[in-house]
Amino acid sequence: MSGHIAPVRQPLITGHKTYHQITEDICRPTETAPSLSWVITFIISVICLGLFAFSVAWTIWVGIGSWNLNRTINWGWDITNFVWWVGIGHAGTLISAILLLFRQKWRTGVNRAAEAMTIFAVMCAGQFPLIHMGRLWLAIFIFPYPNTRGPLWVNFNSPLLWDVFAISTYFTVSLLFWYAGLVPDLATVRDRAVGLRKKIYGIFSFGWNGSAKHWQRWESLSLILAGLATPLVLSVHTIVSFDFATSVIPGWHTTIFPPYFVAGAIFSGFAMVLTLMLIARKVLHLEDYITIEHIESMNKVILLTGSIVGVAYLTELFIAWYSGYIYEQFAFLNRVLGPYYWSYIGMMLCNVISPQIFWSKRLRTSLFWTFFMSIFINIGMWFERFVIIATTLARDYLPSSWSYYVPTWVEICIFIGTLGLFFTLFLIFTRVAPVVAIAEIKSILKTAGDQYIGPNAVAHAHGHTSKVVHHGKTVAPEVNDLQAGGTVDIDGEKDKPLD
Amino acid sequence: MATIKIERDGAAGAVPHHNSSTVVAGRDILFGLYDDEVKLLDAVKAANADHLDIDDVYTPFPVHGLDPLLGLEESRLHIAGFIFGTIGCLFGFGFMTWVFTRDWPIIFGGKPYWSVPAFIPITFELTVLFASVGMVTVFYIINGLGPGAAPRRLHDRITDDKFCIAFDVTDMSGEGVDQLRDYFDRTGVETVHRKMVPA
Repeated sequence: MSGHIAPVRQPLITGHKTYHQITEDICRPTETAPSLSWVITFIISVICLGLFAFSVAWTIWVGIGSWNLNRTINWGWDITNFVWWVGIGHAGTLISAILLLFRQKWRTGVNRAAEAMTIFAVMCAGQFPLIHMGRLWLAIFIFPYPNTRGPLWVNFNSPLLWDVFAISTYFTVSLLFWYAGLVPDLATVRDRAVGLRKKIYGIFSFGWNGSAKHWQRWESLSLILAGLATPLVLSVHTIVSFDFATSVIPGWHTTIFPPYFVAGAIFSGFAMVLTLMLIARKVLHLEDYITIEHIESMNKVILLTGSIVGVAYLTELFIAWYSGYIYEQFAFLNRVLGPYYWSYIGMMLCNVISPQIFWSKRLRTSLFWTFFMSIFINIGMWFERFVIIATTLARDYLPSSWSYYVPTWVEICIFIGTLGLFFTLFLIFTRVAPVVAIAEIKSILKTAGDQYIGPNAVAHAHGHTSKVVHHGKTVAPEVNDLQAGGTVDIDGEKDKPLD
Repeated sequence: MATIKIERDGAAGAVPHHNSSTVVAGRDILFGLYDDEVKLLDAVKAANADHLDIDDVYTPFPVHGLDPLLGLEESRLHIAGFIFGTIGCLFGFGFMTWVFTRDWPIIFGGKPYWSVPAFIPITFELTVLFASVGMVTVFYIINGLGPGAAPRRLHDRITDDKFCIAFDVTDMSGEGVDQLRDYFDRTGVETVHRKMVPA
């Protein structure tokens, strides 16, 4: 099964796991009572979610005037947060789709959680344009449906409408992709459950039974969805950047925006994945599945995308100067040295300078520094969006309308509220579904398990085959000494009722 | 020696009685569980050599190399994806064209009514949307999967760590079943089970 494995490859599954141990380890969080830390975090998240409901209700009741937007700065925290969340929502599909096409095995440890994160982040992102509409109940107007007003159609030439299509498509495809991957794993949970739990998981696992033909189609589906999702993920943030780039605002209408936004999105998405996974691996005891090798791989992506973003920042400045266009030059001078200079410093510090520490292998394999940097990058990427939006708008063509913007408590509470929404959904997810893709982890065990490769390898994926045949039916596990603790003799389950 | 366990399946309750017309509904399935995919592949090869008619193989994860041994043709899902994608592409572009040239032409920013470049993003998104939704729908339908679907499920450990080869022995003679039992023994099976399942 294994083929040739390059000696540089480090094991991605440690602890000499058997297939059954993998099932046990990953299903356990869904089968045990939540820990105290989970409960406390969940309560805090739900309180924040309540804050979200309250502040959104306040916005709608009082009107958009409860925000500090003004004639000059008509996009503030709302669109900053929208772009920030959409960006975070890019890592999941990148990990699951692009890394699948590149056959990167380390994706299997983190893809499930990253995809869930994507879906929840896009849900959070979607709140902001909807709330910003003011009359939330008319949000359906953004879709071109036959109506009694003409029918009056939406403007298909508008990047804002492209955004509607891009984000709703992205959400739908991510959800389908995520759920298709989840079905076999929910079936695993179902087959371990009893009573009501079995019934519930029976419904959600769609009757999956692991038939060879189903697996074949499942793999085909995954691959094609990955092929479709790869250009999709690039298109979504490209289109988000079009919201700015197709305008005629100096500082916004730059051709570098699409690639720069996409790189930034991957950058921030990976940072959020790392934040969540570092906590999840600790709390859910998944250290054997989300190894330092995974973390290092993600840190390399962060280093790459952070540097791309850094080059983009500098290119913007250079092109502004080189263009010879005074308004563009002023916009960027203002961005660096204007009233919001502090956010530019924050952005440069968090996004460009600090990730360079990951050139050091010691630091990019350090859990502390990784966690620290992941938070830092989340903040930095928020600053980036704020820099682009607020600083540009604060100093427009007409000096008489120059202004300064600070958010009101309502805007701050809505943002904190979306964090509440995000973490509430994520925490529920960790309790009800396997956080690591069980079937996919099993399928890489023999090429990435530490009993097969790496310095501690004691077995070879091929080694045991002939031996077992000689022994007939006798259970001859590939690594006897290792499996002593983990093998469960199936005959021991004779009395278990089967469906 | 693996003991053959006779199991009842749900309400059907009929004790499997091979080669008997008393079994009214359901199929009588004899299946062996292996603990490793390499053994499974070897066993499937052995079954092919013996010209045994495997009903189905169930595994906890996709086992590569199994499809050709079982004679499974390559999935044609991608064709469905292409067709749906084409529909989405034509629908998106055609709809925008119809709206802006026939139904309600509006000039935006002095551009032509039929402003093709501006239609590209939505056309692309709808292509992807239709292809994905269509393909996933087809996937669930052809597999007979969905909320409340109850395809044949033989053993709870198949979604965990056991690799299953199943034979339909409903219309098989006692010698045929003995031959299968020998085959399982020979190929290093862990346990052999027998179960009535709904047809």
